[in-house]
Amino acid sequence: MIRRLTDRLRQGQTVPILVVLAALVALWYGFAVYLNAPWQLDVYAKANKADWMVSDLVADTLNQDRPVLPAAHQVFEEIWKTTVEKPVTSKRSLVYHAWVTLSATLLGFVIGTGLGVVLAVLILHNRAVDRSLMPWVVASQTIPILAIAPMIIVVLNAIGLSGLLPKALISAYLSFFPVVVGMVKGLRSPEVQHLDLMHTYNASAWQTFWKLRWPSAVPYLFTSMKVAVAISLVGAIVGELPTGAVAGLGARLLAGSYYGQTVQIWSALFAAAALAAVLVMLVGLADRLVSRAMGARPTGAGR
Amino acid sequence: MTRVQTALAIVLGAGSLLGLVLPVSTGEASLPDVPAVAAFAVLGVLSLSRFGAARFRFALPYWVDGGLSVLGAVSLLAALPEIGRAGAGYWLLLVAAWAAAWLFVERMIAAEPARGGGRLRRLLVPVYFGVWILVLWEAVVRGAGVPSVLLPPPSAVGVRLAASTGILWADFQQTFLKAVLIGYALGCGSAFLAAIAIDRSPFLQRGLLPLGNFVSALPIIGVAPILVMWFGFDWPSKAAVVVVMTFFPMLVNTVAGLAAAGAMERDLMRTYAAGYWQTLLKLRLPAAAPFIFNALKINSTLALIGAIVAEFFGTPIVGMGFRISTEVGRMNIDMVWAEIAVAAVAGSTFYSVVTLVERAATFWHPSVRSG
Repeated sequence: MIRRLTDRLRQGQTVPILVVLAALVALWYGFAVYLNAPWQLDVYAKANKADWMVSDLVADTLNQDRPVLPAAHQVFEEIWKTTVEKPVTSKRSLVYHAWVTLSATLLGFVIGTGLGVVLAVLILHNRAVDRSLMPWVVASQTIPILAIAPMIIVVLNAIGLSGLLPKALISAYLSFFPVVVGMVKGLRSPEVQHLDLMHTYNASAWQTFWKLRWPSAVPYLFTSMKVAVAISLVGAIVGELPTGAVAGLGARLLAGSYYGQTVQIWSALFAAAALAAVLVMLVGLADRLVSRAMGARPTGAGR
Repeated sequence: MTRVQTALAIVLGAGSLLGLVLPVSTGEASLPDVPAVAAFAVLGVLSLSRFGAARFRFALPYWVDGGLSVLGAVSLLAALPEIGRAGAGYWLLLVAAWAAAWLFVERMIAAEPARGGGRLRRLLVPVYFGVWILVLWEAVVRGAGVPSVLLPPPSAVGVRLAASTGILWADFQQTFLKAVLIGYALGCGSAFLAAIAIDRSPFLQRGLLPLGNFVSALPIIGVAPILVMWFGFDWPSKAAVVVVMTFFPMLVNTVAGLAAAGAMERDLMRTYAAGYWQTLLKLRLPAAAPFIFNALKINSTLALIGAIVAEFFGTPIVGMGFRISTEVGRMNIDMVWAEIAVAAVAGSTFYSVVTLVERAATFWHPSVRSG
């Protein structure tokens, strides 16, 4: 019984991941002491405190107000303070900022995915669209699209569009391309044999689409949606930078960097990371539920 | 004719017909003032003859539609100074010319043999589409009088691009040649070495790979403000952002690639009594090359994005990201577009260079051999 448990632990991923995580945290604290020490030594020198102990130094470096590298417990304390202890509606609440970013991300993700699927269907059914557009879609992935984010924000502001929609448009723009590429690949993934079979059934183009092409494209759709949701969060965060730090995780990052509030930057960073992880996990969960409902084997195509 | 072709031919004919009747300009100019546009409209109406009864029907080859669309585009753009603010007729003629262009591409592809056309023709279609996007952009922006602080016409961007090559080159040097290339080399190189080190320990593989995959999905760009604080405003901080952004994709892909060599081949190496390094250099690294190049290609895009966005957080007064954010603030949108054009060309050139190196290095791989 215990033997089996230890065997499973040794072969599984849990123990290695935990060990690596522990090593990372140790490294983090080591660097925090090392990077924050010069300033602390300066403080000691100014206070003419020559008899400091190493343990004092370590304790002080880990509890500075504006450290070069805040320690893990400071970051999590800040996250705790700004999520649980502040009311959700407060401007200082991280939940409020995360929600601002999340709503733009989700709206953009939905618009981008919808448009991407529609365009993929067009590309599938019209060779002229395919030949004209596909090279540009592929080429546009090599272009730093994010660079146009500030311009879109400012220009849309100038014509009276502000708040959620401009950010969502950047997210939509970013999440659009992986979906197009993935869906075109997916819709073309049925084998010639299967398409021929549909022919022998005298199936119309519509029936072939819904009964064969669409189901075989679903795994590809979810794979590209995982990429799309992550990148659409990046789009929303970057979209918040040029608006002058009003609200959202990107605004927290920018405000933190203006005022040297490193703890605030790190807590916003962790919130963004957690958000990304949750979003990708949700898409993965939906993927599993849908493919189970469709009767697919656990390891489908396109993954 | 297919249904799409019929519809496009009708749009072409009807658009030209209405364009002849409705005013081309909200000002004083009328169709006789712009004879080339009038000629296009008449020819567009005449193209309706393809629907005529069989004895009157002209056999219109597809290049006639192509020529018609080129005439439409050129005449409509050339007429813009004469016309000023465009009227309903102008827009309908623009739609007609666009329909002619689409019809041309549709018919050309349909006429092509199934194993599609020469290299030049393959290139013609997307290039023609790109040119038409620019034509529509130019015509709509100038015809509708969109203020240039919202969207400058491509011609203005081109003029600005030509006029400020000095500034653009300085920005390119700062952002691309310093931050991106150095960061890219450091990030990919260190991740490559780390992957080889990790590869020797299955324990680390199991621990680091899921974390690496997880980190790849995170908005790493958020570390930019922190790194700008640590490394100062000049390019080293941007290079550091690029290093952080490119590290994990490279690590994950290289580790996956090193596991790609098959058991048979490894056994063969063992029967040759090959040592670890020999196996690594002669078998496992070549087998990992497709994965490694995949990461290098992903990273070529990420690197440029990372450097540009990091400049939004603070920079000396030069750099592509700096130029974009300040010129947006000064409402010099044409300069912003010029900078974006430079970024686009730099990004796609970088990507193509990596792809070319990949083709040369992994010439044996099926995906390269097949085309």
